[in-house]
Amino acid sequence: MRPELKNFKGFTLKNLPEYEGFAQGHRACQGCGTVLPLRLALKALGPNTIAVTSTGCMEIVSSPFPYTSWNVPWIHVAFENSATVASGIEAAIKALKRKGKLKSKEKINVVVFAGDGATFDIGLQWLSGALERGHDFVYICLDNEAYMNTGVQRSGATPFGAHTTTSPAGKIIKGQTTWKKNLMGIVIAHNIPYAATANPAFPIDLMNKVKKAALVNGPAFIHVYATCPTGWGTKSEDSLLTAKLAVETRVFPLYEVIDGKYIINRKVDKPKPVEEYLKIQRRFRHLTPEQIAYIQERVNQEYEKLLKLAESFGETQTEQKDE
Amino acid sequence: MTKKFAKEVSIAVAEAVAQCKVDVISAYPITPQTHIVEHLAELVNNGELDAEYIPVESEHAAMSACIGAAATGARTFTSTSAQGLLLMYETLFIASGMRLPIVMALVNRSVSAPISIWNDHSDVMSMRDAGWIHFFAENGQQAVDLIYHAYKVAEKTLLPVAVNIDGFILSHVVEPVTFLDQNLLDKYLPPLKIKYKLDPKNPITIGAIGVPEIYTEAKKAQDEALKASYKIILQAWKDFEKLTGRKYLPVETYQMEDAEVAIVIMGSLAENAMNAVDILRAKGKKVGVVRIRLWRPFPTKDFLKAIGKVKTLCVVDRAVSHGATGGPVGIEVRSALYQSNKRPRVLNLIAGLSGRDVTKEDFVEIFEKTFETLTKKPTTPYEIYGVKE
Amino acid sequence: MPKDQGLISWKELAPGMYILEPGNSKKFKTGDWRAFRPVLDKDKCIKCGMCYILCPDICYQQDQDGFFICNLFYCKGCGICAANCPKKAITMVLEEE
Ligand SMILES: Cc1ncc(C[n+]2csc(CCOP(=O)(O)OP(=O)(O)O)c2C)c(N)n1
Ligand code: SF4
Ligand code: SF4
Ligand code: SF4
Ligand SMILES: [Mg+2]
Repeated sequence: MRPELKNFKGFTLKNLPEYEGFAQGHRACQGCGTVLPLRLALKALGPNTIAVTSTGCMEIVSSPFPYTSWNVPWIHVAFENSATVASGIEAAIKALKRKGKLKSKEKINVVVFAGDGATFDIGLQWLSGALERGHDFVYICLDNEAYMNTGVQRSGATPFGAHTTTSPAGKIIKGQTTWKKNLMGIVIAHNIPYAATANPAFPIDLMNKVKKAALVNGPAFIHVYATCPTGWGTKSEDSLLTAKLAVETRVFPLYEVIDGKYIINRKVDKPKPVEEYLKIQRRFRHLTPEQIAYIQERVNQEYEKLLKLAESFGETQTEQKDE
Repeated sequence: MTKKFAKEVSIAVAEAVAQCKVDVISAYPITPQTHIVEHLAELVNNGELDAEYIPVESEHAAMSACIGAAATGARTFTSTSAQGLLLMYETLFIASGMRLPIVMALVNRSVSAPISIWNDHSDVMSMRDAGWIHFFAENGQQAVDLIYHAYKVAEKTLLPVAVNIDGFILSHVVEPVTFLDQNLLDKYLPPLKIKYKLDPKNPITIGAIGVPEIYTEAKKAQDEALKASYKIILQAWKDFEKLTGRKYLPVETYQMEDAEVAIVIMGSLAENAMNAVDILRAKGKKVGVVRIRLWRPFPTKDFLKAIGKVKTLCVVDRAVSHGATGGPVGIEVRSALYQSNKRPRVLNLIAGLSGRDVTKEDFVEIFEKTFETLTKKPTTPYEIYGVKE
Repeated sequence: MPKDQGLISWKELAPGMYILEPGNSKKFKTGDWRAFRPVLDKDKCIKCGMCYILCPDICYQQDQDGFFICNLFYCKGCGICAANCPKKAITMVLEEE
């Protein structure tokens, strides 16, 4: 156990902070499951936070001048470089504190919110540099599995088979032809102290992970499964049902990697068939039985891999009781 | 008090930056900028400079980190050249649009292709519309002084400043320089205090979307700020002159009082041009040099005054503006002339690309060429000087 | 109060077009996006707070009696609160003009 985490008791539905770092009146679509984890993360972090956001839906919905939804100091610079902007902020805080020009006893959290496009694709180099250099910051990837802001184009995070506007379900090629990039693997290879996956259908778990990520000294990364009813073709009220099914089918397992140790937060012993997950999303409606079978097989394999990692480099599973 | 040191100009620049007590340095190595950032790393690691040095993985990242740090209220520095500048390009406009007082030493180098590490101004000219203030140094002392001025001006105007230093022919030569006494510098350049910054005590939003209803106003405000920087720059130079006796002007002249023809030039080649003036003046020829120290904001009035009553101006550009009506400085000069009644002929030469030497003898020849235009109009809007046919 | 878009002179802009008032989007009404409205049945509600934590639009606030009340100025009518209420205490009702 990391000493920074020793005193952290965790949030529960009964002791949630009242504070909101994100304000109402934002322009995210009805039922947006990408803005929800953003809101929850800021709630967990509290006001002593500086946020950086990459170009993408969350930047657009939160900052059409003269309105801002940010209650914390916020900067948006570009699409790909948020990790480095955060590096600069973190370095500035360090230097200014050391030189007595910034008097803040409490730790100032530096947090990045970036989409899957910003993280998996265009910003991977910036992210890698910042993780490697060891800046003390939290990077939260809100992975809605495509470039939503520009009209649902595929990214390296788009799942196999999914229809997007640049991986359309055509007559011959039916949707995304590649498997989702193993971003967690790439991140973990940087040997950072804290990495985790999270999901807004498990809000307390998500908030706890964000808080831990902030408490840990050094870089922390959270891969958040983020739903997008508009881009995925799901009903807005099903936003979190989809998210829950992603965990229950093992499509998106919840785990943490603390100092290289894998902890599966929610073991899924009796998984639901992936088909249940796929069939409620229009982006998958063209899938052939062969494609579905392939996805099922690959999901099983990936989950097995994760179990092996947890067995080899793991700690026993910690049970969740809050949701 | 003012001791002279023989220093490589890059090292002197790094020491001037350190004297300015920067908080955050973020840079990526590229020839010919390397000695500056290496020396700064050394100063930090030896405990001689209390700063965070971020060894980023690219120049885009270098500027991105400066943006983050400057927005948090830190005094920042970066340096680059050519390809590095081009990789940084996107963020250059963001730095100025966000009004961040970042200082960059731009060690000028030609842009690929063909790949070349040698000096010209094709890198800086690619960013002339990016909203930065630009100084051009002619020698080591100016390079050092302009770093001091850059911080002073950046922090008063809330605009980023680039100090242009010719690669190799200036950056790598050893020259005598004097550094400003630290106590005097501390008075000249007080600690950075920024009103609006990323601070949890007073949360602000930086980088909001400029919807069509506001983008025009935002750009107007930025443009006015750049124009208004002119007076602040003059004041910074006046204050500096009081401290050191060294005088800086937006446009400097050499033997222009009665000049009939003059060369307009920026950067360190001006020294060769001035040597050519001495040779020709000894023969009774009325020649002079107009040296542009402040490139952005372009000092039109000073320029028009500086050219006096010349009959022909020869603008020596150090970059090609492909498909344009001249080199970048040539275009600027013609446009400035149109704002007055002065109509000297303009000969526009593009010279010294990729470190090709333009010696004082070459400048003598250029002056002679310029004299020819007194009787004969130039036949092309611009030409590439010294090219082998 | 931020002025309406288009009414701000360049002279009144903060440098860099910074927005100096945090969270001022709360002045922006998103309630008119709604087709369905969540209606709470207080008899079924166990005040667990799930609706409050899962609303992407931060609509719910607890009243003096501990009930979570939806602010219709913001509610976009997505139905997430209703779908995830463990007691099915919220129903989505069609908005009438
Ligand atoms: C350098 C650059 N290339 C392309 C774009 C266009 N662009 C803006 S946002 C975006 C996609 C964002 O996707 P993602 O990061 O997944 O965020 P999302 O909108 O899906 O939340 C793209 C392609 C850009 N702004 N900058
Ligand atoms: S497009 Fe998707 S991610 Fe973007 S705001 Fe709408 S629902 Fe959210
Ligand atoms: S989720 Fe349902 S039961 Fe829980 S507080 Fe909300 S309305 Fe009441
Ligand atoms: S319907 Fe959606 S927006 Fe309205 S209160 Fe429920 S969760 Fe919030
Ligand atoms: Mg996305």
